[in-house]
Order: sequence, then C-alpha cells, then structure tokens
Amino acid sequence: MVDFFHAHQAQHYLVLAALLFALGAAGVVLRRNAIIVLMSIELMLNAVNLTFLAFARFPLVANSPMQGGFSQGHAAVFFVIATAAAEAAVGLAIIIAVFRSRTSVNVDEFDSLKL
Amino acid sequence: MAEAVLFYLFAAGVLAGGSQVVLRRNPIYGAVSLVGCFFFLAGIYVLLSAHLIAILQVLVYAGAVMVLFVFVIMLLNLKEEELGELRFTFWKVVGLVAVLATAAVIAWRALGPAYPSTGPARDNAILLAAEGFGGVKAVGRTLYLAAVLPFELTSLLLLVAIVAAVVVAKGKI
Repeated sequence: MVDFFHAHQAQHYLVLAALLFALGAAGVVLRRNAIIVLMSIELMLNAVNLTFLAFARFPLVANSPMQGGFSQGHAAVFFVIATAAAEAAVGLAIIIAVFRSRTSVNVDEFDSLKL
Repeated sequence: MAEAVLFYLFAAGVLAGGSQVVLRRNPIYGAVSLVGCFFFLAGIYVLLSAHLIAILQVLVYAGAVMVLFVFVIMLLNLKEEELGELRFTFWKVVGLVAVLATAAVIAWRALGPAYPSTGPARDNAILLAAEGFGGVKAVGRTLYLAAVLPFELTSLLLLVAIVAAVVVAKGKI
C-alpha cells in the first residue's frame, strides 16, 4: 500500500478531489435544505482547491509557462478561498432574507420566478 | 512511509466528514462535520507542501466561514418538521447517477495514461518541494508580482460582499 501510494501520488490526490467533488455535487442535487446546499458548494470548491494544489505539486510540464512558477496554483487557491468566503456571506444573507418572507429554507418552495 | 499512512488517514477523514454533510438531516451536525472535514483537508494540503494554504484553510474556512454557517443555522432555529426528510424521487436518482458518472470520468482521467507517474515533471516537483515551495515567501512573491491586480480586486470583492450581505440580510436600512 505504501509503495502503491509513492508510485502514484498525484493520482491519489486527484481521485480524492474527484470523490469530494462528487460528494458536494450529490449534496446539491439530493438535499432540499438551502443551508446544506451552500455547504455542499463549499465542499465542491474545496475539491477544486485540492486539484489546483495537486497539479502545483505534481505538474505535468517540467517548467511553468507562467510567471511565478508553480506557485500560481497556490495563488489560484488563495483567490478561490476569498471568493468562497464572499459567496458564503452573500448566500447566507439571501437565505436569511428569503426565510424572513417564506419561513422556510426548502429550495423547492422558492419558485416565485417560475412561469 | 509516514506520508502514505497520513494521506489515507486524512483522506478517510475528509470523505467521512463530507459524507456526513450530505447524509445528516439536521444541518448543525453537517456544519460541525464540515469543520472536521476542512481540518483533515488542511492536513492533506500540508502533505502537498502547501503550508500557507493549509493555514488559510483553517483560519478562513474552518474558522470564519463555518462560524457564519453555524450562526445562521442557530439564527433560523429550524423546527424538526421544517427540516424535511431525505426522499428519493425519479429526478434525484437521475441526478445521483449523473454525479457518480462525472466522478467516475474525472477519476478515470486522473488514473489514465494522460498523467505520467514518472518523467521530468516529477523530478522537478521533488526539486520544488525542497526550496520553500508553498511557504509564505514563495506564494507571497507570486501574489504580489504575477497576480497583483487580481489580488487587489479581491479586496474590492470582499468589500462588495460585506455591503451586499448587510443590504440583503437587513430588512430596512
């Protein structure tokens, strides 16, 4: 098991990211609670972060074509984290605003835009 | 040796915490297990020698963002009957199958011949890990030299998010 890990390190991280993304996507598809949907979106963002870091640590090319080298992946993760924080703040504010008018967080009931 | 053991340990923690988010009916249990999931993920980031990002993960995700989630869950204080149960309809099964297929395709691409396990990229990766890769200095240089405009725009994004959160959540200004 240890040899298997060292022979295919990058694949381990990428498959873990794929599984985490699938968990998040399943949460968005299956759950109706808007708060849990937002938490599942956070899970998916973290899966993307893990992919960025895995490719920064185990790159496919010998030299980075971009200025800053493979630390560019880390910079991308930094921006994803900042955007996720902003998204969580605004998303939760929207949930509070909708809860005030509907007394519910069930996404199936938020259908006033439906024709 | 230790790296492999730690990876499998952290990966099990990440997947266990993440699955609790999806499976638990009460969102407060989901939020707490999501905090645990983020801590294990920070451990995975350390294994990838992304030390600064691991610290940011604990501070921003497990700290700030999850406090916001727990705060909103407590504020709404949902009753038992408002939580709703996890029931399977036809379209949910279709969605689940689509999700599993997507994950399978991604995993298959990651495991497939597209990703070489040896070669110059791999040697380079080991070299990178040796010289402060992923530390505050290396990532800071990239942020302030190569990505300075997006970095400054991020502060604007956070300001807009603060104002938007207050305007949306507060009924009357």
